[in-house]
Amino acid sequence: MPQPDAKGPSSQIEVKAVALVSSGRHPVSGRPGRAREDARAVEMGLMLAGADLSLVHAGDPEDALLRECLEGYLGMFHGLDDSRDGTLSLLPMGAEEDAVPLLAAWLERTGATITLTGQRAECGEGSGMVGYLLAEQLGWAIATGVAAIERCDAQSVTVLQALPQGQRRRLEIQLPCVIAVDSVAEAPRQSAFGPARRGRIETVDDLLPAGEACLDVANVDWQWQPARARPKRLKVVKSTNARDRFKAAAAKSSASGGQVLTDLSPEEAAEKLIDYLRAEKIIADSGQSSAPDT
Amino acid sequence: MLQTLLPILIFAALALGAVGAFRRIRLWRQGQRTPMVWRRLVLMPKRYLNDLHHVVARDKAIAHTHVATAGGYVAAMALALVVHGFGWRNPMLGGLLLAASLVMFIGTIAVNLRRVNPPPKLSKGPWQRLSKSLIAYSVSMFLISLPLVGVAPTALGGGVLAIVLAAVLVWGLLEMVVGMGWGGPMKHAFAGSFHLAFHRRPERFDDNHADVGHDVHRGSRSTALFPLDLTAKTLGVEKPADFQWEQLLGFDACVQCGRCQNVCPAYAAGQPLNPKKLIQDMIVGMAGGSDARYAGSGYPGIDVGKHHGGPSEPIVPQLVEAQTLWACTTCRACVEECPMMIEHVDAIVDMRRFITLEKGETPEKGAAALDNLIATDNPGGLDNASRLDWAADLEMPRIKDRPEGVDVLLWLGDGAFDMRNQRTLRSLVKILRAGGVDFAVLGDEERDSGDVARRLGDEATFQRLAERNIATLARYRFARIVTADPHSFHVLGREYSAFGGDYRVLHHSTFIAELFDGGRINVAAPTQPETVTYHDPCYLGRYNGEFAAPRQVLAALGLEVAEMERSGYRSRCCGGGGGAALSDVPGRARIPDMRMEDVRTTGATTVAVACPQCTAMLEGVVEPRPRIRDLAEMVADALVATAPAAPASSSTREEEPA
Ligand code: SF4
Ligand code: SF4
Repeated sequence: MPQPDAKGPSSQIEVKAVALVSSGRHPVSGRPGRAREDARAVEMGLMLAGADLSLVHAGDPEDALLRECLEGYLGMFHGLDDSRDGTLSLLPMGAEEDAVPLLAAWLERTGATITLTGQRAECGEGSGMVGYLLAEQLGWAIATGVAAIERCDAQSVTVLQALPQGQRRRLEIQLPCVIAVDSVAEAPRQSAFGPARRGRIETVDDLLPAGEACLDVANVDWQWQPARARPKRLKVVKSTNARDRFKAAAAKSSASGGQVLTDLSPEEAAEKLIDYLRAEKIIADSGQSSAPDT
Repeated sequence: MLQTLLPILIFAALALGAVGAFRRIRLWRQGQRTPMVWRRLVLMPKRYLNDLHHVVARDKAIAHTHVATAGGYVAAMALALVVHGFGWRNPMLGGLLLAASLVMFIGTIAVNLRRVNPPPKLSKGPWQRLSKSLIAYSVSMFLISLPLVGVAPTALGGGVLAIVLAAVLVWGLLEMVVGMGWGGPMKHAFAGSFHLAFHRRPERFDDNHADVGHDVHRGSRSTALFPLDLTAKTLGVEKPADFQWEQLLGFDACVQCGRCQNVCPAYAAGQPLNPKKLIQDMIVGMAGGSDARYAGSGYPGIDVGKHHGGPSEPIVPQLVEAQTLWACTTCRACVEECPMMIEHVDAIVDMRRFITLEKGETPEKGAAALDNLIATDNPGGLDNASRLDWAADLEMPRIKDRPEGVDVLLWLGDGAFDMRNQRTLRSLVKILRAGGVDFAVLGDEERDSGDVARRLGDEATFQRLAERNIATLARYRFARIVTADPHSFHVLGREYSAFGGDYRVLHHSTFIAELFDGGRINVAAPTQPETVTYHDPCYLGRYNGEFAAPRQVLAALGLEVAEMERSGYRSRCCGGGGGAALSDVPGRARIPDMRMEDVRTTGATTVAVACPQCTAMLEGVVEPRPRIRDLAEMVADALVATAPAAPASSSTREEEPA
């Protein structure tokens, strides 16, 4: 039995917290470093589990800049109750491989119960799918857009999910689960050089049976192009009410419009989504249908 | 009776003092060891009489007082040892002993007069007692020695009077001899002598300086921070024992004179920093205990007596609050003023290094600046490629297009991102073109010099920036670097050499003065008379000893300079150095407001500045206030087109270099 500990609401709990970290890209210089949301996930993990938090990254061990980039996370292991240094498990994989099976195998092996991560990577595909795919593969729950963890015990965790306009929704989630951390979560602590330098990176390369290739087959025939920021739609609100105007000005683009669809079959739901994406010109109209517009 | 008693007293005092001194040395040697080179002790007398006295003599009255008191004491003690201790009762020596005691007594009177109503910078407590003990020692020594020359009846050797005299002498000996080793105020003489001999910055002393006459301003001879070994086990100073032992020794030499407190801009602004208290706290930490016995002014806003420390206990926050360390602007005014040549700034930066590198607790805006420096090479997080945007119309020559080399590499500094400073830079370019200077810039290959990172304690980021800048500079050929930023000037010129970058760096004031000297630029006389004053940037003046060139430039412009009371080596900081503008520790007043008060007192309508940081800080003072203009702007506005040697027409000229 662990000793009861009178400090925080979340200390001495029997959870095994893990943070998935990716290598980030600075928005101005493009240099590798901490990814902003992943750093917030690590911060949340440190608040929850202290120095017991484990970090994991699946990536190319040959990358010369990788150590420097991952040190950004290891450097956050300070100001905790004990002075242990951070450890990070590096799951080696090539650029063309799929990280999900590796990560899933590692999470199962380590007995992780809470897996924290940012919502999407800052480079590469940045699809934001890793969390969902992991949850699917492991049969775990997933909560996205999490702003804070309020409470945690061996069975479940209570989180606050960020909604537009500063609203929060309280969710109760069964463990084990994946928690994708929103950019409004507590800012990450400074990464300090000393702990970063002392942090250990352990390579774990016996996760999948040898020869079991986990090539990422989905993306082989994708077309790649640099992302462009979508222009924000301006909505002129003609209200005489200052509060309405303020709300309109502060609204995130997804805050209004749209419809809630319930009780659809998966096929119908997919159809609706595709229609929406076409209407928004996010996917081309062409496809297999007959109306080319380009 | 006294004849038998005196040798016993003197030798007992010496023995006791020696035991204390030995223990004191052990306290110092708790610090990080470097081999003890005893030979250095021979340097001490010269350093004392020459360098230390040079600083003390800035206050003439104190200097004379100290010469009389200390000189009298040393002579009286030595003679007493011979005469009373070894019993060589020679009347001639006795006469000398009387004279020495008398001289000491005269000095002591001055000390006591000053102590009747001591100025707030002085500490009371034991230091107040010392003034009385000095009287006790000198008077009793004088009276006891009178029989030697036969003035007093030899009957003095017995009776009540003798007992009283002996008792007073014991008091004197306890303070003056025993206290020296056991940590009384007289400790300063013992620790101070060792400190002078083993000082960590020998360049500050004449005996280590090739060209003794080169400046009277000794403080500027050694101002580069010491590089930190980034592979060390812990980085920076966490506990007193992490200091180098010479630093601990240096702290112990403090005489609590409060000169540093008097000049500290952060203290004057009511920020929780007092350099004198900080040094005393370091001693508390070294010896172990609490600061309750400290009898001087504390840190503004922080009560004295609530903090404690020990040699192996963390300094922050038990002994010193982090706010205290972050309030320092690294202006070096305290170091410049300290008669014991204590190095406050080194200590503060050492402790900041630990906070930043090991604890990751740099103040918020400072931490953001460090993150930006790591990611974008400038503290604002801006695209480094925009470093030359302000000069889009100036067709700035790039050094990468000049493989044959140029005379001047113009180092822009981070002021290049600041709209106010861009005006200064444009003026400087105009001057360079008018003077027909062969120059070029690095453009987006230039990175921040690392000044702010280093002062915020992030030695890792500093060293990375330094290495990269040095690698960039190694690819190009230039005779010298000119910059309008004293911080870059200091870092490139003084601190890069430890990392293999040796350059000739000139501040733009020096370079413009040179252009005037060579008759390469001409200026029109001012249209109407104006009173200007000049604000010395810390990193140009105190750090690097350049006081003359800016004044020569102003003189060449035909301007009368009304000097502020605190100018030259005593200039008051603008409040923007050392990352203090980022850590922004709250106080009662703002440092730039106080500096602007200094400006106003002179009646000047314009204050000439020579640093982007000073410009920003002083322009932050609310209007109405005197105008703030960089030297380069003033010169550029006064330029007239015809220079005899190099015909320069206008600022848009290109193809200047041959
Ligand atoms: S540190 Fe120097 S200037 Fe300050 S009180 Fe001590 S001796 Fe005086
Ligand atoms: S360097 Fe300047 S701000 Fe810092 S303690 Fe000394 S006088 Fe005060």
